[in-house]
Amino acid sequence: MLKILMSDIGRLFERLSSVGTLYLPIEGGGQTAFAPWRAGADVQLDRVNTDLSVKGLFFPQTEDIAFFKREGKKISVLPSSDPDEPFAVFGVRACDVRGLEVLDKVFLDDPAHMDTFYKGRRENGALIALACSSPAETCFCGAFGVDLAEPSGDVAAWIVDNTLYWEAKTQRGERLTEAVRPVMAEQSGTSAVDASKKAARDALAAAPLASLKDSLSAWGANDMLTLFSSPLWANLSMSCVGCGTCTYVCPTCQCYDVQDFDTGHGVTRFRCWDSCMYSDFTLMASGNPRKTQLERFRQRFMHKLVYFPEKYGGMFSCTGCGRCLSKCPVSMNIAKVIKAVGGVENG
Amino acid sequence: MANPLVPDIGLVTAIRRDTPDVKTFRVVRADTGAGVCFPHMPGQCAMLSIPGVGEAMFSITSSPTNTEYMEFSIKKCGCLTEWLHEMEEGQEVAIRGPYGNHFPVEADMLGKDLLFIAGGIGLAPLRSVINYVRHDDNRAKYGSIDIVYGARSKDDLVDIDEIKNEWSSGSGSSSGTATVHLTIDRAQEGWDGDVGFVPDYVKKLNFDTSKTVLMCGPPIMIKFVLAALNGLGFDKSRIYTTFEMRMKCGIGKCGRCNIGSRYVCKDGPVFRCDEMDSMPDEY
Ligand code: SF4
Ligand code: SF4
Ligand code: FES
Repeated sequence: MLKILMSDIGRLFERLSSVGTLYLPIEGGGQTAFAPWRAGADVQLDRVNTDLSVKGLFFPQTEDIAFFKREGKKISVLPSSDPDEPFAVFGVRACDVRGLEVLDKVFLDDPAHMDTFYKGRRENGALIALACSSPAETCFCGAFGVDLAEPSGDVAAWIVDNTLYWEAKTQRGERLTEAVRPVMAEQSGTSAVDASKKAARDALAAAPLASLKDSLSAWGANDMLTLFSSPLWANLSMSCVGCGTCTYVCPTCQCYDVQDFDTGHGVTRFRCWDSCMYSDFTLMASGNPRKTQLERFRQRFMHKLVYFPEKYGGMFSCTGCGRCLSKCPVSMNIAKVIKAVGGVENG
Repeated sequence: MANPLVPDIGLVTAIRRDTPDVKTFRVVRADTGAGVCFPHMPGQCAMLSIPGVGEAMFSITSSPTNTEYMEFSIKKCGCLTEWLHEMEEGQEVAIRGPYGNHFPVEADMLGKDLLFIAGGIGLAPLRSVINYVRHDDNRAKYGSIDIVYGARSKDDLVDIDEIKNEWSSGSGSSSGTATVHLTIDRAQEGWDGDVGFVPDYVKKLNFDTSKTVLMCGPPIMIKFVLAALNGLGFDKSRIYTTFEMRMKCGIGKCGRCNIGSRYVCKDGPVFRCDEMDSMPDEY
């Protein structure tokens, strides 16, 4: 294990940014998001959670797929190249690391149809995960088996008092460690970190949403069609305005749209985030299989809590990051859904 | 590794008008000017697009036994399909695929008497499998072939020349015959087939329940035909159908086309009707 005083942390960031672009949780324009580091940036390492998740660094909100030219009856296509620039992200929380593991299932699971953009970024992006010491009121990562105090990633880091501790977890992490070693000191023994881990876990167990774990097991006891046809969806979905905010801030929501843009010189085909909460998401010329907000609302939560685990060996497509809890304009969210439909009152 | 969202280019070599709102397009590889853009199995789909106009999923209407070209029977029902209906031969199109699963031609269908039931443009995906099983290379692998096909009027029957001149009498490398049962919704001059809706016609024909059924058509027709077949005593595990949902990626990633945990683009479009019992009614 290596360590560095927080007062010297700028030196660590400098070393890291020599390896590739370094992204950090940075405050700007009224929100905290992962942005490229530069000296003097308003880095927020205490902030749980960033307003936007780390998703966008690996699966950007929009990206070009290909450029087309049409001349008469002819069409030519110029594919965008796959990302290959190395970068590192510092300060990713355990829940967001899990978020990427969820996206890995969707984008990398099928060898015949890999998402080459996402793959390129995953192969070139190093994750330096930061353990949480004081979870927010909205955190419930524990319900999904995420350990806030022991994040996975290429490197795990802990901030205890005025010191940052650093431990490589993968080969890529080892390589990063070599790059930063000159500015770090060796730390023998883990007692300082161990005490902080325990405090963090205790804090999560005492957080307001700790009991969601039990409500979630109650979910599991129901079969899919029972949950799908629960009468509770009508009430739960009533206030949802279909704004899609919850899907944009969510680290695991991966729905996208594909659109063409006429540049005047040709056509750029790009993909961009989309939301199952939008009324036209499934709209076809022949009709819409999800006609009202009830069906769309139900889809989002059934997907995260039932369909996804059914497809991917029990893994939930929610990390308990709490973002949709603090961002929904009508205060509707997955925690309320789990409690209500899972059948545990005041859980 | 190629980006699966980036299409190849195909060349439209022939366009046939089937009905007032359905045309069939013949497509070959643009780079060589011949051959299929990629191999496929009966029931699989492809994404066709005109850059700047749109991209959409269509079932591949031609049989895999045809390696000279691919065909798509497309109904005019939106921006892209209207554009395709306006285009002329020699036009290039962007194409990617094949997508989805296929009818179990090399599994459950082997050795079975086959009953195909189609309504309107629903004949498009079935034509691929009908011509596959009819082909002399494959014909011996299956029992009898019955085809029930209905449309609004006689002018709305897709591929009617092929049905009359080839399917009933055999032709070329598909010398075997099939029994074709045609129906239209309302009586019309010069029509000597049945008159009435497909589900009623299926009841009337009173087929032997040992047949394996493949049906395609509008969702409402599917529901009623399924009820009719149930009434006749057919087992749902012997009935296959296809579903349609809005699609963007075709590879189970854009999150758009799911029914429960199944993505129609990847786990479908072909489903066995007993699977429907374990799927939410959202199609
Ligand atoms: S559903 Fe809400 S709590 Fe769960 S991962 Fe998404 S934003 Fe976070
Ligand atoms: S649940 Fe809330 S954030 Fe999500 S779409 Fe509905 S109103 Fe918007
Ligand atoms: S079309 Fe994208 S998931 Fe099926």
